[in-house]
Amino acid sequence: MTEPVTEVRPVRTAPRRSLGWLLLEFLGSMNLAITLLVVVSIASVIGTVLKQNEPFQNYIIKFGPFWFEVFQRLGLSDVYSAAWFVGILAFLVVSTSVCLYRHVPGMLREMSHYRTDVQAKSLRAFHNRAEWRVAADRAAVLAGLGEALKASGFKARLKDHGDHVVAAGMRGGFNRLGYLFTHLAIVVICLGGLFDGNLLLKWREWRGDIRLETRDVAARDVPPESRLAPGTTPSFRGNIMLPEGSASNFAFLRLRDGFFVQELPFALELKKFRVDYYPTGQPKDFVSQVLVHDSGHLDKPLEATIRVNHPLVYRGYAIYQSDFGDGGSKLRLRAWPLAGQKAEAPVIEGSVGQKLGLKTPQGELTLELEDFRLFNILPLPKSEVGEDETDQAKKFRNFGPNFTFKLRDSAGQALEYVSYMVPTQLDGRGYFLAGTRSTPAEEYSYLRIPADPKGTPTRFLKLVAALHDAPRVEAILDANAAQGTQPVPAEVREVRKRLVGLFAKGGADAVIARAKEVVPAERLQEATGLYLEILRGSLAELYLQVLRDEGLVVESQLGEAEQRFFEDALNALAVLPNYGSPFYLQLENFEQVQASGLQIAKAGGQNIVYLGFALLIVGVFVMFYTSHRRVWAWIADDAGGGTRVILAGTGNRHQQQFDREFAALRARLAQRLGIPSEHE
Amino acid sequence: MAVTREQVFEGFEPGSRRTPLDWVWAALVLLGSAYAYHLYSPYMDVYEVVIQAGATLGLIVWGWYWKPAQPFSLAVTALSVLAMWRYGDALAAAQSDFLLKYLVASQQAFMWMSALYVGATVAYFAAMFARSAFVGRTATALTWAATVMGLTGMMVRWRESYLMGSDIGHIPVSNLYEVFILFSVITALLYLYYEGRHRTRAMGGFVLLVISAAVGFLLWYTFDREAYHIQPLIPALQSYWMKIHVPTNFIGYGGFALAAMLGLAWLIRARLDASGSRFAQALPGLEVLDDVMYKAIALGFAFFTVATVLGALWAAEAWGGYWSWDPKETWALIVWLNYAAWLHLRLGKGWRGKPMAWWAVIGLFVTTFAFLGVNMFLSGLHSYGGL
Repeated sequence: MTEPVTEVRPVRTAPRRSLGWLLLEFLGSMNLAITLLVVVSIASVIGTVLKQNEPFQNYIIKFGPFWFEVFQRLGLSDVYSAAWFVGILAFLVVSTSVCLYRHVPGMLREMSHYRTDVQAKSLRAFHNRAEWRVAADRAAVLAGLGEALKASGFKARLKDHGDHVVAAGMRGGFNRLGYLFTHLAIVVICLGGLFDGNLLLKWREWRGDIRLETRDVAARDVPPESRLAPGTTPSFRGNIMLPEGSASNFAFLRLRDGFFVQELPFALELKKFRVDYYPTGQPKDFVSQVLVHDSGHLDKPLEATIRVNHPLVYRGYAIYQSDFGDGGSKLRLRAWPLAGQKAEAPVIEGSVGQKLGLKTPQGELTLELEDFRLFNILPLPKSEVGEDETDQAKKFRNFGPNFTFKLRDSAGQALEYVSYMVPTQLDGRGYFLAGTRSTPAEEYSYLRIPADPKGTPTRFLKLVAALHDAPRVEAILDANAAQGTQPVPAEVREVRKRLVGLFAKGGADAVIARAKEVVPAERLQEATGLYLEILRGSLAELYLQVLRDEGLVVESQLGEAEQRFFEDALNALAVLPNYGSPFYLQLENFEQVQASGLQIAKAGGQNIVYLGFALLIVGVFVMFYTSHRRVWAWIADDAGGGTRVILAGTGNRHQQQFDREFAALRARLAQRLGIPSEHE
Repeated sequence: MAVTREQVFEGFEPGSRRTPLDWVWAALVLLGSAYAYHLYSPYMDVYEVVIQAGATLGLIVWGWYWKPAQPFSLAVTALSVLAMWRYGDALAAAQSDFLLKYLVASQQAFMWMSALYVGATVAYFAAMFARSAFVGRTATALTWAATVMGLTGMMVRWRESYLMGSDIGHIPVSNLYEVFILFSVITALLYLYYEGRHRTRAMGGFVLLVISAAVGFLLWYTFDREAYHIQPLIPALQSYWMKIHVPTNFIGYGGFALAAMLGLAWLIRARLDASGSRFAQALPGLEVLDDVMYKAIALGFAFFTVATVLGALWAAEAWGGYWSWDPKETWALIVWLNYAAWLHLRLGKGWRGKPMAWWAVIGLFVTTFAFLGVNMFLSGLHSYGGL
């Protein structure tokens, strides 16, 4: 049904040829343009598949040193500023510019030039055409034509060729601007973007004006050659983590495996940071209340609130809410010994971010306090969610404050821990969750320490202490053995003590391993069962003693709660050695200090890019949704009297719409020339 | 297709005179918009007022240029208002009220939409093979009905989110579940436009196939993942930009998906023609397919350009830079470059037919990866759209 643009029949004559797309005449550069478009899109994929700007260590771990080297050579860890990628983009810009240079003059001419030298022969080849012989003379025809063209919205020029007259009409010439705008937009956007990229920074670095800081040093210790003075960087994106109550007049610009310190012409102070939550527990808002100190420009500090989607723009610097964290919360911890240390549980005080040296039976350890979180809204385990529970809000729960820390031994090996302050209710009972893992890539595996009736971990920790106190174990077991009606043989008592010792050191795994050592495989299950039975009995006696120490009467039947506690305690004790820490750090008290992660950006090229955006959008719509239409009337005196008229036309878009427009024009002209309406 | 061009273009000519009914339409839209403003202006910031004004004008003009948009919008409005009336102030009414429970609560509306789209797909293919005009009309009616239910469901869901709490309320284009409905509705509307314009239903089955695939995903997402729950917005999405960025983007995706399905139809038709199959005539003509494929890609490209620019402007406000080479941004660029290359080949080099059809089909995979794959496989700033 449609008549595609290029099928506007024979395009042999010279004027006709230039009516088509001018781009058609330069197939070579068009091929290049298409190739570049495809190449850029394929190259762009790399950076989406390979995580960009990660610490170098991460790439080495993931891909090995060889591939890391290859990646570095190709700049794949920051592919979008790699020389070859920027080079391709530059090539695209040059190609587009050349294209513009070659085509724009012709296109501007095309917009204003009426083609009045057209031949009758070529008009007859048009898809949209009409030919009449009319009785009216040339002047009358021209008058009617003028009216019809005007009524149809065409502007026209007339040329008298002597034996014939050509009237050339035109509409929608601005369609050609679509090409100009879109292609100019690409150049403008790329140039603006280039300005906002870190190319200038890299150039200064390459020249040796500045040097990337790759050491892990505090901002105040960064040497001048790694500092960028205010105003020397037209565009940058820096970050700063600001604790409540502190101020900063710089931001960190991360690059490769290091950073620069970008100094600011003002100081930013964080008064308060706050996270708002929905009733469901999801975060609703991150809000930083800041003060801008700038004595040169402000009489008094400027108060402002920065939220996500609501940045503060001050003197051309845009400040965004981008992150949050702990700003050095003060923690009061009690270190309960887990490995038989005699000392009472000492109190450790520190703040997040601190590293504390500790002397333990396992040698010197460094306690690195990593983080503190007041709210931990997490999905509940499946067992805790009712079958018919459809309310999303009930699938999440606030697990309360927790803190994370690392314990690093003298060899530098560290285990990572997370510990919750208050007991978590699972299955109707309370547990202190204490997680551990050896690398950040793993999930935490949790120790569930049962909470005692007072809601503390004390009872369990007393049991642990009793378990590790060998003389005490011996005394309790011997005393109980003596109480029994039947004397317990010495070797059985010996086995009990040894099993308890083994269990204290290595947990259930050690007991099972021991069973494997001493009995043949076919009797393993039986022997393990027996061992665990004996162990259970012995531990029950320790447990009763702990309860007695609490002042409970345990001589009669134990309550259900006490029995359950014992089961939970056994489960926890069985995996306790895997916990890996010589003590359990109980969070007793805290004073939260939050920190807000702010991004400070300056984009000198932003307005240029936005101009490009505007050109692009206008250009695209003009190009697709307007049409450059031309019509011609070729008029000559007929040999047999009267006048011959050829009417023809074409448009470069929307052929069907043009067909209709042409039909309307033809009908108008026919009416004015007194020709009865006809259909082809 | 014994229809003359004159007839085909009835009502499509942009310059044609407005009828009295057109002015009635404009007055209705203005009145409705003014009433909505009267009710909801306390919840709107200045940008949202501008967006509402723009949407009002857009709706009027849409109804003028494409007449079926008028009854469509009125049907959606009527059903949405019905749902709002049945709800009153209580979300719980969805459990007890008959109309809500079986027709217009958002979840029910989406189920109706899903069933009707699948029915329409079957009907279009049946009409094609049986060459039955009646079945064809039924297919069109089913598609319209499905689209009405889909958009109604979105409107009602918007209201439901506010019934959950005024701080939870938001336009339902915030996650994968919601945008799949948006995708279905927009693709169907684009198709219906071309169906009316080209007076052929032969393309329907192919286009509805991709909508049915979206519906299939939606049903899996509903029943397996329970993704239909209305979730409050994370801070990054709390912006007026979402109201314009997302729908614009999906006009782009819809256009590309439509073009790909027509590309597929082109390839099948060309093969059937070559083998002299008697089914060939049942399929749409190669020229129509080629033409509509171009138009869909041009429309998709224009709107995708706008959407990407809007996304960049939003990113500048939310993330501190108009371009961060985030995976979603980069894939948007890849999609854009891909169709830019397609358009250069078509407009610049005059390519037609087979290679362009293939390219359009492959383009859908690129688009789908940008739309779905990035959220599933790559991390980044757009991670809220994840599965």
